Amino acid sequence: MPLVEVKRLVKHFPLRGGVFNRELGKVHALNGVSFRIERGEILGVVGESGCGKSTLGKAAIRLLEPTSGSIFYDGQEITRLAHARLMPFRRRMQIIFQDPYSSLNPRLTVRAMLRETIRFHGAAGRREVEKAIDELIGKVGLRPDAREKFPHEFSGGQRQRIGIARALAVRPEFIVADEPVSSLDVSIQAQILNLLMDLQEEYGLTMLFISHDLKIIEHFCDRMLVMYLGYAVEELPCENAGERALHPYTRALLGANPIDDPDDRRPLAVLQGDVPSPFDLPKGCPFAGRCPLVEERCRREMPPLEEKTGGQKVACWAVE
Amino acid sequence: MNPASPSTPVLQVRHLSTCFKTAQGIVTAVDDVSFDLYPGETLGIVGESGCGKTVTSKSILRLLPEGQGFIKPGSEIWFGGVNLAAAGEKILRAIRGARIAMIFQEPMTALNPVFTIGWQIEEALQYHSKLPRRERRRRAVEMLRLVEIPNPEQRVKEYPHQLSGGMRQRVMIAIALCCEPDILIADEPTTALDVTIQAQILQLLEGLRRKLNTSVILITHNLGVVAQVCDRVLVMYAGRIVESGSVFDIFHRPQHPYTQALLQSLPRAGKKQPVETRPRRLPAIPGIVPSLLDLPRGCRFHDRCPCKQDRCAEEEPRLLEGPDAREVRCHYPIGPAPAAAERGA
Repeated sequence: MPLVEVKRLVKHFPLRGGVFNRELGKVHALNGVSFRIERGEILGVVGESGCGKSTLGKAAIRLLEPTSGSIFYDGQEITRLAHARLMPFRRRMQIIFQDPYSSLNPRLTVRAMLRETIRFHGAAGRREVEKAIDELIGKVGLRPDAREKFPHEFSGGQRQRIGIARALAVRPEFIVADEPVSSLDVSIQAQILNLLMDLQEEYGLTMLFISHDLKIIEHFCDRMLVMYLGYAVEELPCENAGERALHPYTRALLGANPIDDPDDRRPLAVLQGDVPSPFDLPKGCPFAGRCPLVEERCRREMPPLEEKTGGQKVACWAVE
Repeated sequence: MNPASPSTPVLQVRHLSTCFKTAQGIVTAVDDVSFDLYPGETLGIVGESGCGKTVTSKSILRLLPEGQGFIKPGSEIWFGGVNLAAAGEKILRAIRGARIAMIFQEPMTALNPVFTIGWQIEEALQYHSKLPRRERRRRAVEMLRLVEIPNPEQRVKEYPHQLSGGMRQRVMIAIALCCEPDILIADEPTTALDVTIQAQILQLLEGLRRKLNTSVILITHNLGVVAQVCDRVLVMYAGRIVESGSVFDIFHRPQHPYTQALLQSLPRAGKKQPVETRPRRLPAIPGIVPSLLDLPRGCRFHDRCPCKQDRCAEEEPRLLEGPDAREVRCHYPIGPAPAAAERGA
């Protein structure tokens, strides 16, 4: 049984405006996305800005209420659970944000913040809490004197370590990591990815790892879900993703990634045009306007995400 | 500097040091940086945040915040027989935008939201050329066509908010290139863009560089971008150039431990290894970049360096010039030691 399963998740944000703040339309952030994550697995979600990957991450742990669809956690449906009944689940799932600074309370020291988190989710006596704090700080690679410091006293990489410590404070099973290394420098990125990898192994964490960077997804994750305009267009194992990729969008993403080898120079721009607006979604496949393999059918009908070979799913009419 | 070179540099930077006044004291953000830029080449400046790459480029155009940033006396920036480091505002204004142009990371903040994009291209032309009004409009449309914006006749009348991020960056490039500058400084031009749009913009810049024979200084933290488009590379760390050389030497035969560590810490896509045996840990660089207010003694990288020795903590290495127009600032460089010819001034 998968730890997390999401079925046909839809999220529309109303777009309001005008004199009476009427609803002018909807932003189609998620248009029926499904996935399952087994225990201990890392599922990557990759796509360009506006593809709905962050919305998917937040909706999966009910930080956003989905418009429709269902979410199962450990076999139990949590889509419509009321606050009080949801709380026990909240403790088991945590999120790490892209910008650790704006997600940390500037007025709390690291110790106070971790203490609050641990207590809120109902852990034990004072001495135990303090011991847990010390242990956490060590685990995420901060020096013991970090306990009494405020968020502004840390560098970006260290702040992300604090964000990770906070997520781990309640001993979760499932972590959504939303672009956790995107705002960090290359050398720090590697440190944080290694830390996440170690913690994932040590605690057997299950993760939904969101990133726009295919190289990081390929390196870090077991499987990936490729998103475009609120649709999952392909799901494939990360191993040899470059050769496996079937969907023309996945192939384009892989091709557009600049390779760090000057001997391997290639024409980068494989795709013309921009991502269409999620406000007025085109009919049919959202990628049809930029797709090199476009057929007439693509403009009429969205292809379903279908299993092709060995666990790989593709939503494309042109792929056999 | 490089007598074997067939051409003379369009830009020569010598001993450039740029300082900022802060509440905690004066910091030297760029420390004794020297380099040449040759006609038609793309020079990459890479490094992590705070290494001084952006300050270097802003110093060239003297775009430092007034009262806070200043270029140290003794710095020289030679362009067309003029030392920009010491030039007056009038000369600078004739050069900025006309002979040396710049594009920035965030095209929305660099464009004026209340004027049409056509107006903004024409403004640059009005300032730097004697073209009559109708000619300027014609040239604005032509520039938009050159940067591959569809329907340029229509688009010229639109405002920045009506364009996507990639289109705005194309407009910035059109403005920068409308006076056919000798040098284009591109400061993280694709960092705010999605990867498929980044690829389009890089391809466009590369095509235009060839067509107009413009020299480009490309500032970026993205090593993949550097590998794909640059001819030569400067690697900066904590305000200093630590290594420079051809893009092939830097990527295939790095001599400075920092360059090597930076390259190794990148996650690489497309490794043909099964997941179970793939080394999942990246060779990360321990520690963090030192604060410019509190630089370590000796080599600025020594406390993070895998190959450090006692001498590194005591004495800062000089930038040594090796064969093949390479330079490295390290007591114990990787690979064959460069001939100990110190760089002449």
